[in-house]
Formats: sequence, C-alpha cells, structure tokens
Amino acid sequence: MTHIRVIRKSTIDNGCDTACGECQTSCQSACKTSCTVGNQSCERKGGVKVLNPQRKQK
Amino acid sequence: MVHTFVFDGRSFALDTESGSFFEIDEIVKAILNGGDMSLFSSCAVKEATAEIERLKADGVLFAPPIKAELPEYSPVIKAMCLNVSHNCNLACAYCFAEGGTYNDERRNMSFDTAKAAIDMLVEASGRNLEVDFFGGEPMLDLDVVKRTVYYARSLEKEKNKNFRFTITTNAYKLTDEDIDFFNEQMYNVVISVDGRPEVHDRVRKSVGGQKTFDTVIKNALRFKERRKGQYYVRGTFTRYNLDFCSDVLYLNDLGFDQISIEPVVLDGKSPMSIREEDIPTVLAEYDKLAKEYIARRKTDKWFNFFHFMTDIDNAPCAVKRLKGCGAGGEYVAVAPDGTIYPCHQFDGIKATALGKLGGTLDEDMRKKFYYCAVPSKPECSECWAKYYCSGGCMANSYKFNNDINAPYKPACELMRKRVECALAIKAIEESENAETAD
Repeated sequence: MTHIRVIRKSTIDNGCDTACGECQTSCQSACKTSCTVGNQSCERKGGVKVLNPQRKQK
Repeated sequence: MVHTFVFDGRSFALDTESGSFFEIDEIVKAILNGGDMSLFSSCAVKEATAEIERLKADGVLFAPPIKAELPEYSPVIKAMCLNVSHNCNLACAYCFAEGGTYNDERRNMSFDTAKAAIDMLVEASGRNLEVDFFGGEPMLDLDVVKRTVYYARSLEKEKNKNFRFTITTNAYKLTDEDIDFFNEQMYNVVISVDGRPEVHDRVRKSVGGQKTFDTVIKNALRFKERRKGQYYVRGTFTRYNLDFCSDVLYLNDLGFDQISIEPVVLDGKSPMSIREEDIPTVLAEYDKLAKEYIARRKTDKWFNFFHFMTDIDNAPCAVKRLKGCGAGGEYVAVAPDGTIYPCHQFDGIKATALGKLGGTLDEDMRKKFYYCAVPSKPECSECWAKYYCSGGCMANSYKFNNDINAPYKPACELMRKRVECALAIKAIEESENAETAD
C-alpha cells in the first residue's frame, strides 16, 4: 500500500481465551489520579517493556 | 469508528473497535474525514480508496463493535490499597487527602487492622494479589508496613498466593535501610517529587512550612542509584506549572528514567486547579514533551513517561478494557480504622464506604462501582479512546459531578491527547528503528 502504512492490526484481543483476570488493576501503578488501561499489558503475554535499554545492558 | 489525528506533521488513524493503527497520507485523511477531494488527482484518490476498502474487508478499518461483554459481577478482590497512615510529614497544597488526614484525625493503621485486611484479601481473591501501601505518608507507619509484608509472605505458599507490593512515599525521611527493605520486598516504589525546585517547593512544603525539595531529591537520587526493580518518580502539575514538560525533563536531567507527572485534581475554586481555558496549553505541552521524549530516547537520556507507555503487542484484552480501574470491585482501599472504600481517593467519603473489616461488604454498592464501566456510559460509548481509558477515574467523576457515571470532561481531553501521543511515539520509534535496521 502506498497511502497507508499499517502499524498494527487488531491489537484488542477479543477472543474467547481472554478475561483471565490476572492483569494489574489499573490504578495500582504509578498514577493514583488518572488511571488508564491503555498503558498496561496482558499479564499472560509478558508485560510492557519499560526498562531503560542502557540500564539493562549494565 | 475511526479516529484520525496529527502529530508533528504526520497523520495517523486508529480503528477504535479493532485497535488497528495506521499512518496515513493526506488523501486518506481527507477521505476518512470527508475532506475536499478536489485537491488530489482522481487516480490517487481511487488508489487510496482501494486501500481503505481492502482494510475494511479485512475487518481492521471501520470494524464492527467488539463482541466481548462485561462479565457478570464477581465478589473477587485482587488489589488492595492499605492507607496505613492518615498522617503526613508534608502538607502539600493540592493534596486530595487534605494534608494526608482524609478529613480524619491523624492516625496510623494498627497491625491487627492490616492483618485483617490481608486475611480478607486472601479469602476473596485469585492467585496474583497486589497490595499498595499508601497514605498520608506510609513511612510514618513503617513498622506496620514491614510486619504486614512479612505476614502476607508467610501465607503465600500455604494459600497459593503471589503478592506484589507497592509503596508510595514522599521520600522525606527515606533511609538506606528503607531502600534495602524496598529492594527486598517492593515490586514497585513510587517517589513523589514534582520537578523543578521552585515548582516542588511552592506546593510540597513540610507540615512546619519548610521547603522540602533539597531533602527529597537527595533521598530520591540515592534511592534511584540503589534501586533494584521498578520505580517511578511521580509528580503533580497544577495551574502554577502548566509548562510541566520542563519538570519532566528536569527530573530526567537529574538521572531519573521512570517518570510520571499527572494533572492535579482540584475543583475550580482552587488557584491551582486546571481550568477549561488551560487545556489548549496543556495539550500543547504534551506535544512538546512527546517530541522531546522521542529525541531523548535515542540518547543516553532515555526515559519512560508513564502516560506515554502503550504496549500494542501485549495489550490488555477486550474484557479488561471494558472493566476499567476496578475500584469497588476487584480493587478496594482500607482506611486506618478498617473502613473499606472503593479506592484510595474515596477514603473518607462516608457515602461510598463499602463496609468495615470483620463485617460484610455492601455488595449493592460494589456492583454500582463494578457496572460503572464503558458499556453503561453513553458519553464513553461514543468516544474513540474508550478502550484506552476504560471510562476514566470514578473518583474524579464523583468529586466534580457527584456522579461516578458522569465523566470529568477536562480529564477526558487530556487522556485523549496522551493516547494520541503514546500511539504516535510508538509508530515513529518503530519506523525510525526500521530505517536504522535497513
């Protein structure tokens, strides 16, 4: 395609093998005042990578 | 529903229901938004239209509504905020806990109360449990924090539980011994600091009215050097520092690489509250921060900004996105006197109390909170960002609209902007990495 670059397709897992309930509760993180699930990860898929790649290399 | 937006001169489209995400050119943007097509050649329009139709046929553009539904209410609790101290050694001007006391007398939680809370959580839960020590200042009740952690750990094997502990502290009295304890037991540590010295000291004074920045930052830097594991430095921005990008970058310049700066939640009467007329300034500041964020992450000043995180490869499932923050349902907060509230922000609001430790919980009240979710809120159902914010903060809605179902609209605008920035950052970083790889 020349007019559209696909970054990701279907990022919302809508399958039957979901809703295990093992994920973090939204507000139990850094915010405490403005929760979101958009920056969370599925517990079973491995979780978001927020480590500093430079720190990790040390 | 398809939402288009522009970041730093580049255009993007998000398909709400499938979560598919695209970078688009001006022709596609015009087609999607019903723009003036006479600006483009008919050949190019035809070609772009064909691409759109192909994605529609694949079910990733203008996708049908998700099939998932909010599951029936279950009394399971899996996360608990222990407000171990209704006391604080700081008196922050904007504190939603009214100087740490939550309109209560200054008091700490007893170990017996904390133990009873852990017992309740263990009985009401699945395997993975989260406990957050909060206040006031939880370090003012450190002995109870430690005893509670060790008690919970003693139950893990026998009860087949896995505890993850978090503590939120102002770091004013943080010692090396405390840091060692955090490294040993705390999955996440949140250190409260607002950014530049003058910004921090204007609003985060000690109970005696003294400036606290120098002490806090010295302790926070020592903590950062010794920290093994997850942490955040977390600040609040108010109307006094709408240029909060400078505070984020200041913290990064000091060496912090996990940063969260949040908008204050105050009613409009406070001189610190963010007002409707401030929103364009705040949105522009997020844009400015996002551009600098991309630039710094390519250097030795890499950092993570909490609200620009998005994990599109390991993203939460549709049901999680419908459930929202879980307050009152799978998440509760316990006050020092054992009263149970839907979350830490409701602590002290008696009308929302769910019960007391040792008694039965008000399941009708819990259901009201549980079902306060995207599907039940008409305004949220029409919003393109509904699967990212999941209906927003019920405490904000309650405090501003006296109704947990009525979204606090200024927060919605900021949330949408942060989601746009997060998605654009992801797209731009990936395209730059791909170019580098080529």
